[in-house]
Amino acid sequence: MNKFKAFISNDKNQKFLIPFIAVLSGFLVGVFILLITRENPIDIFRAILRAVFGIDLNKIGTGKAVFNPRYVGEYFVYAMPIILTGLSIAFAFRTGLFNIGSEGQVMVGSFASVLAGIYLDFPVFIHLPLVIISGALAGAIWGFVPGLLKAKFNVHEVVVGIMMNYSALHITNYFLRNLKGSDNVKTAMLPVTATLNSEFLSSITNKSRLHWGFIIVIISVFIFWFIIEKTTFGYELRSVGFNKNASKYAGMKVDRNTVLSMMISGAFSGLAGTIIAIGTFGYGRVLPGFENYGFDGIAVALLGGNTGLGSVFGGLLLGSLKAAQPIMQTMNIPRDIAIIIVSFIILFIAMQNGIKMILKKLGGAK
Amino acid sequence: MYKKIFALLLVLTMVLSLGLTGCGKDAEVETPDATETPETPETPETPEVETISVGLVTDIGGIDDKSFNQGTWEGIKKFAEETGAETQYLQSESDTDYIPNLSTFSDEGFGLIVAPGFLFEDSLTEVSANFPDQKYLIIDMVISAPNVASAVFAEDQGSYLVGVAAALKAKEANQSTVGFIGGMDFDLIQKFEAGFEAGVKAVDPNMTILVEYAGSFADAQKGQTLAAKMYDEGAYVIYHAAGATGNGLIKEAKDRAINKQDVWAIGVDKDQYEDGIYDGTNSVILTSMMKRVDVAAYDVAQMTAKGKFPGGEILAFTLDNGGVGIPAENPNLSEEILAKITEFEGKVKAGEIEVPSIPSRLEE
Repeated sequence: MNKFKAFISNDKNQKFLIPFIAVLSGFLVGVFILLITRENPIDIFRAILRAVFGIDLNKIGTGKAVFNPRYVGEYFVYAMPIILTGLSIAFAFRTGLFNIGSEGQVMVGSFASVLAGIYLDFPVFIHLPLVIISGALAGAIWGFVPGLLKAKFNVHEVVVGIMMNYSALHITNYFLRNLKGSDNVKTAMLPVTATLNSEFLSSITNKSRLHWGFIIVIISVFIFWFIIEKTTFGYELRSVGFNKNASKYAGMKVDRNTVLSMMISGAFSGLAGTIIAIGTFGYGRVLPGFENYGFDGIAVALLGGNTGLGSVFGGLLLGSLKAAQPIMQTMNIPRDIAIIIVSFIILFIAMQNGIKMILKKLGGAK
Repeated sequence: MYKKIFALLLVLTMVLSLGLTGCGKDAEVETPDATETPETPETPETPEVETISVGLVTDIGGIDDKSFNQGTWEGIKKFAEETGAETQYLQSESDTDYIPNLSTFSDEGFGLIVAPGFLFEDSLTEVSANFPDQKYLIIDMVISAPNVASAVFAEDQGSYLVGVAAALKAKEANQSTVGFIGGMDFDLIQKFEAGFEAGVKAVDPNMTILVEYAGSFADAQKGQTLAAKMYDEGAYVIYHAAGATGNGLIKEAKDRAINKQDVWAIGVDKDQYEDGIYDGTNSVILTSMMKRVDVAAYDVAQMTAKGKFPGGEILAFTLDNGGVGIPAENPNLSEEILAKITEFEGKVKAGEIEVPSIPSRLEE
């Protein structure tokens, strides 16, 4: 018992205990709602099991295939972009910035990639990197604006970010419609040299849309970790995040770091747009409105405690709920349940200080 | 070896259970608490007279969008009420969901999977290739695959009738101008324009037809501006084929009607009479050109249930089979006009009148 008390009141353990408790409580709320609406709460977990691992418990003993790898592939398709936007938000958070403009950066990222994909013509080993880099670059430029305004004029990055989201939506839509071969809802198909699609990945996952984008995700997580943990620059960023004035006094270039942090954050978001456009779809899409990749990223970053690896877990968790939504619907669970669960998880994460206090009390700290 | 025996046993039990349950409640489909008893396999293969399950994948609009999704769902519901079929819908959160949603229904083995609207072109093309044994229906779009039925509508014929109505109404009031507002200037919407134009000219070749395209299906503001401009130029009746942009037209017409100006609007896709009510009882909607997506969904579901799924075919929904037309109730049209419209309708049905699908401005 004492060991347990020591365990839960240890600061280090609380780092992963708190997200864990938040997730658990979120699911409990979901279960509770299903119970009072007289649905079977176990179905949520069956749906998630099927969405994530492709295992359909209902099919056991029916002679039909119980395991369908397509769901696994589609699950990663859902999770990959929000891991990237999660990294994006987390990176800015580390510098004390709130990059709510992630949504817009996703759009310009995917737009720039489509542009480079359609109008450039190179062999694949030149074309593909160019397409990916243009996406990251466009996201960085979109992040540069709020960063610069924040550094120079102290305009709040949230205000500018929101405005940049709308600008991105309408500007990219206008240009996407007018690229060669576009119609009202999408652009022409991208040439093979500009896509991440893979016959191989698709074939091992029963024709899902799984693509090579996960390599981009892995590299991004590594870059995130490397910059933040292993470079002086990353140290300065974190320091600015902890205390701007002290950092300035210590001789750090706070303004420059603010701008750079927003740009790197924007680049991650831009990459999310890139893999959506050249991986999931293979063409650019004219969007009717926001798709919430950026906003999901906020939740992912919060869940992951603003770390690289944490964002991966956060993204995988949120992705599982997203991927499970259609399956829940076929089980007659309203899709809103998944949204409610996510919202409550975020709510509980936001109350982490409260959870900390409770843990400390339970742990017997005086 | 064991596997083979087991498989054989399974096949046997399946055949037996088929024979035993027969035409009874064979749709023991996917109850969440299906237990782990290999002796009672669920039976997707069913005898000739089927009660098929129908799945609808909606776009982001959901089934209460007052448009395509809703219409299609109503058709499916009607089919379900008559046959006791199991129905279900999946609402898509974004276009990323189209393929997973269609695939999920395909995995569940639904008897017919419906995708309303041209937005599903790419996703359904891909999914129908992945599931060659599933049956799909796409509405308002043609996909040539052996397991996809495509339902298209003769918008030109329906528009012809409302064109006749508009011209007759204008003549009644000694007016000589009518208008048309299109969403976007491409072939599908041009069909509406062509039919409308032909209908008006059939009544009075000297009538002026103003034509404007808004460039969007979602810009009510633009719709209202264009409508105001047309009414100012003397248009007496304006017909729209512009989705939500057309709501601007209806609003402008209502504003003018409240100010005692004598103007009319014609609705599209569904009976928009309710939308045009401005003082509690009267509506500015003269009539509407209805596209009966519900009829399309219902008919194809019936055909599928009878084992006559029209895979690979293009089903044209025309005046003849009630796929397009004007509402049954038209309080703003006089008996004489209605009689005239019925006369023209008969002629179109009989093939005496060939309605053009390209407007005259585009003909060389």
